[in-house]
This record gives sequence, C-alpha cells and structure tokens, in this order.
Amino acid sequence: MDLGIDRIINMLVQGVLLGGLYVLYGTGLSLIFGVMRLVNLAHGDFIVLSAYISLILAGFGVNPLISIVIVVPVMFVLGLPLQRFVLNRTLGKGIMPPLLITFGLSVIIQNALQLGFSADTQGLDAGALETASITITPSLSIGLMPLLTFVIAIAVLIGLQVFFRRTRLGRAFRATSDDPEAAEMMGINSRHVYALAMGLSLAIVAIAGILLGVRTNFAPALGPARLLLAFETVIIGGLGSIWGTLAGGIILGLAQTIGAQINPAYFQLSGHLVTLLVLVFRPTGLFAVTRDK
Amino acid sequence: MVARNKSTPIPIVNTMNREYRLIAFGVLAVVIIIALPQLGGTGLPRQLSDLFVFISIATMWNLLSGYAGMVSVGQQGWIGLGSYATIVIADDLGASLFVSVFLAGIFTALVSIPTSWVVFRLRAGYFAIGTWVVAEVFQLLVSSSTGWLGGGAGRSLASIRGFVRSTSPETFALTTYYVAAAIAVLSIIVVYSLMRSRVGLGLTAIRDSESGAASLGVNTTRLKLIAYVVAAGMTGIAGGIIAVMSINVRPDAAFSVQWTAFMIFITVIGGIGSIEGPIIGAVLFYFIRNQLSSYGEWSFIVLGVIAVVMMLVAPRGIWGLIQQRTHFEIFPIRRLMPRRLLMENTPSTGEAP
Amino acid sequence: MTPVLSVQSIESYYGQFQALSGISIAVEEGQTVAIIGANGAGKSTLMKAIAGVHPPTKGAIQFRGKPISGSSAYALVQQGIAMVPEGRRIFPSLTVEDNLLVGAYSGRKGQWTLDKVYELFPILKERRKNGGTDLSGGQQQMVAVGRALMSNPELILMDEVSLGLAPIVVNEIYEVIRRIAALGTTILLVEQDVSRGLREASYVYCLLEGRISLEGKPSDLKKEEISRAYFGI
Repeated sequence: MDLGIDRIINMLVQGVLLGGLYVLYGTGLSLIFGVMRLVNLAHGDFIVLSAYISLILAGFGVNPLISIVIVVPVMFVLGLPLQRFVLNRTLGKGIMPPLLITFGLSVIIQNALQLGFSADTQGLDAGALETASITITPSLSIGLMPLLTFVIAIAVLIGLQVFFRRTRLGRAFRATSDDPEAAEMMGINSRHVYALAMGLSLAIVAIAGILLGVRTNFAPALGPARLLLAFETVIIGGLGSIWGTLAGGIILGLAQTIGAQINPAYFQLSGHLVTLLVLVFRPTGLFAVTRDK
Repeated sequence: MVARNKSTPIPIVNTMNREYRLIAFGVLAVVIIIALPQLGGTGLPRQLSDLFVFISIATMWNLLSGYAGMVSVGQQGWIGLGSYATIVIADDLGASLFVSVFLAGIFTALVSIPTSWVVFRLRAGYFAIGTWVVAEVFQLLVSSSTGWLGGGAGRSLASIRGFVRSTSPETFALTTYYVAAAIAVLSIIVVYSLMRSRVGLGLTAIRDSESGAASLGVNTTRLKLIAYVVAAGMTGIAGGIIAVMSINVRPDAAFSVQWTAFMIFITVIGGIGSIEGPIIGAVLFYFIRNQLSSYGEWSFIVLGVIAVVMMLVAPRGIWGLIQQRTHFEIFPIRRLMPRRLLMENTPSTGEAP
Repeated sequence: MTPVLSVQSIESYYGQFQALSGISIAVEEGQTVAIIGANGAGKSTLMKAIAGVHPPTKGAIQFRGKPISGSSAYALVQQGIAMVPEGRRIFPSLTVEDNLLVGAYSGRKGQWTLDKVYELFPILKERRKNGGTDLSGGQQQMVAVGRALMSNPELILMDEVSLGLAPIVVNEIYEVIRRIAALGTTILLVEQDVSRGLREASYVYCLLEGRISLEGKPSDLKKEEISRAYFGI
C-alpha cells in the first residue's frame, strides 16, 4: 500500500468532510436529548424517510438540493404532532415508554418505506454538482458535495448557537432544559417547547437525509445504522456540547476513513471501536460541557 | 383466588395458597409440553420450538428492562453470539450438539462482563443505543471472519447431520422441541428465583430510584451486572437452540435487531415487569405472526402500531389489564412497576381518603 | 370591590396525604399579604396551588373574579401572576441577563424592563454576563425577584424569599420588595420568619397543619395567639 503524503492528506480530508454528514446526524439527536432528555430510537429512520420524501419530489423533477426547502418544513411539521400527541403523553412516566414507542416507530417507518419503495437501494441525483470537485494539487481534489455538506453542517451549528443564545425561544429551550417546572412558572409552555424541539430536530434530520441520499445509495433498512452514527458522534463529542458534536463527527469520519484504509471491511468497525474506547476512557465524551452526569 | 383491594394492605396469610397455585401451574405446563407433540403432525414440534424461543428471549429482555430498568435494544448480539458459539463448540471443539447449546450460554455470559464495562457508562436511552453498538460490533467481527465463520454467507451447524444420522429426523425434531421447552422453563425459573431473592429486592429498589438504592447501601452496579450477565447467558442459550433450528447461520439474520423487536413486542403486549406477561405475549405473538406471515411488511407495521398504542393506552400490557380486573397472579413476586418508570399518570392530586 | 386574588375553601393532596383543607384567603389590590406558618404547615403547597403548579382537588381560586384553578402555570403568567419560587430556581445554564429575559417570555407590557430591573438591583447589571448560579444566594434571590417582575405581573407570589440568607441581605431584599409594592404591584408572600411577615404585610394568615389557624391585621393580633396559631399549642 502506497502511503504517500498526498494520499494521507487526501484520506484525512475525506474523513473530516465525511464527519460533516455525521454532525448533521448527531445534532438532531442531541438537540432533543438536551431539551427533554428523550432519546429517539427512530432518529435514523427519519433521516432515511427524508431521503425518500426527496426522492418522491425528484419524481416531479425537483432537484434534491432544491427539495431541501420543501422537505425541511415537511419534517418540521411532522415533528409537532409526533411530540404533542404521542411522546408528550409519556412525559414523566420514566425512560421506558418513549424508548419503546420510538423503537416501534422505527419498525413502522422501515416497513412502510419497504412497502412503498421496495427494499431496493435508491439514490438522489443532484446533477453535475454531485461529481464536481475542486482540484488542489494533481493528486488531491475535494469533492464539491462533501465540502458543501461540511459547510452546511457548520452553518446549522452556527444557526443553532445563535438561536439558543440570542432568541427568546432559544432561551425558553434552555430554561426548559434546565428546569421545566420553573420554566412553566415563567410563562413557558414546556409541552409546546418539546413539540418545537422535535420539529427542529426533524428539520435538521431532513437536511441530513437529503445529503445522505445525494452522497450514497440508501434503502429502507438503513435507518438504524444512521442512528448508531448519530449516537457515536454525540458520545465522542460529549453530551450537550454543540461544538463537541462537530468534533465528534470529524473524529468518527476520520476513524472510519483511516480504518477503511487498513482494510475496507473495517470502515464501520473502526468507528464503533473508537466510540467504545471513548466510553471506557472518557465516558463524558472528549468535549463535554454539560453539567449532567 | 386472592382478592386484593388497592387501599387495603395485602394480606400475607395466603402464601401457601399461592405456592400451590404455582406448583399446579408448573405441573400443568409440563403436562402440556409433553402432550403437545402427540397431538399434531410431524411439523408441530418444530413450530412450537419457535414459541419456546420467544418465551425465553422475551423473559430475559423483561428481566433486563422490566425488572432491572435497563432498556436494551442489543439483545440480538447474544443471540448471534450464542448461535455461532454453538457451531464452534459443537463442530470445531466436538462437544455434543445439545450440550453445546448450553455451553454457548456460558460463553455469552462471560463475554457480557467486559461489554458491561462499556455500556454501564451510559444511562437510559443512550444505554439502549450502546447495547446496539455492541451487537453491531459482534456482527461485524463475525462477518469479517470469512474463513473460519464463513463471513457474510454464514456457516451451518454440521453436527446436526451427525445427530440425525445416528438417530432419526423425528428424534432430532422432538429433542430440539424438548430442549427449547426446557430453556423456556429454565428462563422462567431463573427470573422467578432471582426476583424472589435479595437480588430481586435490590433490583426493584434500583428501578424505583438508583441513587436512593445506592444511598441505602445497595450495590447497584453488582446487581445490574447480575441481571445483565444472566440475560446475556440465557439469551445466548436461546441463540444456541436457534442455531440448531436453522439450516444455516448467517450474521445478518443471527444478529438482526428484529430479535429484539420481537422481545419488545412480546413483552409490551403481554405486560412488562411481570413473569406472566412475556409468556402470554409470546403465545399471542406466535399466533399473530402465523396469521400475518403472508402479509409481509404489513405484518410488521401492524405489530409496531399495536405495540405503540399498547404502550400509550395500557403500558402494563394484557397481563396488567387482567390483573386490574381479577387480581389474579401465578408468580407471586408482588413487585409492581413503579410510577416513575412507567404506568398510570402520576396524579397531581389524590382523592379524599 | 372584588379582591385581586380570592382562594375559596381549597383542598390539596399529595397522594393520600392531605396538605391543605378548607383554605380561604383574599388579597386586595395593592396589598402585601403574608402567609406565615411552621415547616410543613402547607404554605408552599398553597402557593403552588395558586400558581397552577399543583392544582387543588377541591375549591375555587379566582384572579380578578375569573376562575383560574384549572389553569396551567404558564397561562397564569400571561394573565399577570408571577412567581418567585421557593429555592429561587435560577436557570443554571443561562446568564443573569438571560434569566431575566426568560422572565419576559410572556411578552406582557408594562413598567418593568431590563433597565428598570437593573435600576432596582444595580449589582445584577454588573454581573449580567455571569452564569445565573455563579452568584451569591442573595444575588440569586434578586435575579428571581427581577425575573418575576419582567413579566409585568399584577400579582407576585413570593415563596420564602428570606430562606437561607443573611439578615442583612434579607433586609436589602425586603427594602426592594417594599419599593415594588409602592409602585402598585400586589404581593402575596410566604414567610417562615413570623416577625418578618408581621412587619412587611398589611394582612396575615397563619397556617397550621393545612388549615388557617389565625388571620388578621398584624396590629390587631396578640403575641400569644400568634404563637398558639403558629405552633398549635
């Protein structure tokens, strides 16, 4: 195996950019955990569902990247009743009901997608953009789509940061996360905040799903694997830290790319192993800022 | 029958009564297990073995999640590992077929100890996903062994051929049936005795309040580890008998999260946090699955919807509904799911006494 | 004239435990009313019942003649009832200023703005970028009071504002509370410190084991009957 300097740089760049996609996976998962301590086991299936919604729109000639402006609001609106009428009903009843309900949703979404679109793999065609790349040196070129994904991921993180720090609703999110009862005493309807948080999480999921679909092929059963990647991003970065999620995604992307360099079969395995190592040696994640244990 | 009223303390006098009922139930169960294969055709033992597998794996998921409060979605890891361990122990190490099934359980129990160091770092929902990652790692490791374990194409349990040749296909089917039944009965006995012991008392305390239990001197990590290792071991044994019942063991099937979906569905339908629940749930699931098997994806959608609705409307499952009306129980553990973990709306205000 | 707040024979339970029985109180416009009583007498439960945090099982609560006993806590803020909760309940991940701004979430307009609150508590302006829980207990209590003011309430419920604070700090805070009252806000406060409650309020209710054991204007009450009502001896 030739490990020239260009090749190493190439590998590192690919890994970092791949991490951008994982940042988008992880952000939605950690957002709702941060606000309401809820873990959505159907998170990955919502990512895949978003890709399929974009696929339906592609049938009407909508470019996947343009479809973001439709799929994001659709997924946001889907999140509101999901939280309001289903998950809010389980609040204060312990960890089990929301976990089992979202697990049930995962099974339902996967099979519904399989019913509607068959188990075959599909892809989203973003046209010339998909294969375009920026040549930096003769042996190093960066794909435009991975770069765009990474930039979008950063933009989403900055957007969230501004939302949480600077807006009235963002403060309400943080107050509810700290102490829902006290937040209610300040005039904040926590159930409404939870519904909005789920909507926001699924809106980010929508972006992730479309970018996933443009990047690679997808199939109805791929949701759980996305959930695990989202989880690993969050765990490596540390719970409750927006910029930790960025680091988590990049480390996970790098681990996978480097692992695959050693043996293509180690692509997923190396990501899992890095996560397990972090859990053993730094269980709060590498960049945790949260006060929760 | 014991009438139990919510507001009056439970009388302690009728334990004798309860134990007779348990013995009667046990005798009845053994009679049914022996009688059933005599009733149907040659395919019946094979089909009923499925039922016993469902009872075993759901009972173990219930021990972990319903009793110890650790919701796992990675139990398929122990099924897959148990299946492959059975193949290796029987075919490569030469142990006899059905002994290998139980040795596989010891193997998975041992493997579960180091994995607990990782997943016990996580709480609640993240614990659930953590167990899933561990199961994925098992699957990827097994898949990457292309030579020894057959990689993605899987490997078959060759010892079955030897067993069938030296006896008969009927004897093999019937032996498998009895071993599967024995595993189910063993699972129930293990959970029952565990929950009746001090371990069960401690686990209930942890489920109610982990910090509270720890402050009372309960060694929470040790008790959770016991539940985790026992569930891994027994689920590994179930994985072993699944290997015996399969022609070929493939990683994607053996480590499929569908196994855990089955466990969850069975337990949610039957009733979390009771021994009777998973048994009732398994019987129901067995029939529903047979009825829906020709409907493909629809069957899973229907099962998923039933589970979600059940969780919202009757979180203690069918057994919970039965108990609410009749106050009947077979396994007197008498430790109900606390409100904090599950159950009815916590009333912000009570009624006048 | 209808009182600002009227509580009519409410009962409240925690499970089987009856925390309040047949409590009736009335708070007139512009008044400062104190509820005194020993630990566990039901003072905080009464506050939670009024604030919609722990609704009563029986009885009625009216705010300006409108029934509110079924309303959620957040809806009551919109209507003009603010709460300074027991234990202050400052949001730890928010800065001092963000804590105050959360108080304005309901968007009710009125005399209180961020600047006005900073005028009332100059120290908070200095420390506005600090984390809400990085302050001293007294300063945190100021944040809690300021946060309640930010919703421009007509009625403020103050639960044990003096608890755990040094006497000098308590004086300082009550100084401000008097100024708030003088600006026309009606105040219902819970005090464990009897003499403090008698000094600050124009009308006092004493709670004992979930019942009102004594009520009246502080000037009309005798020392012995107060200690009898307080300790139940």
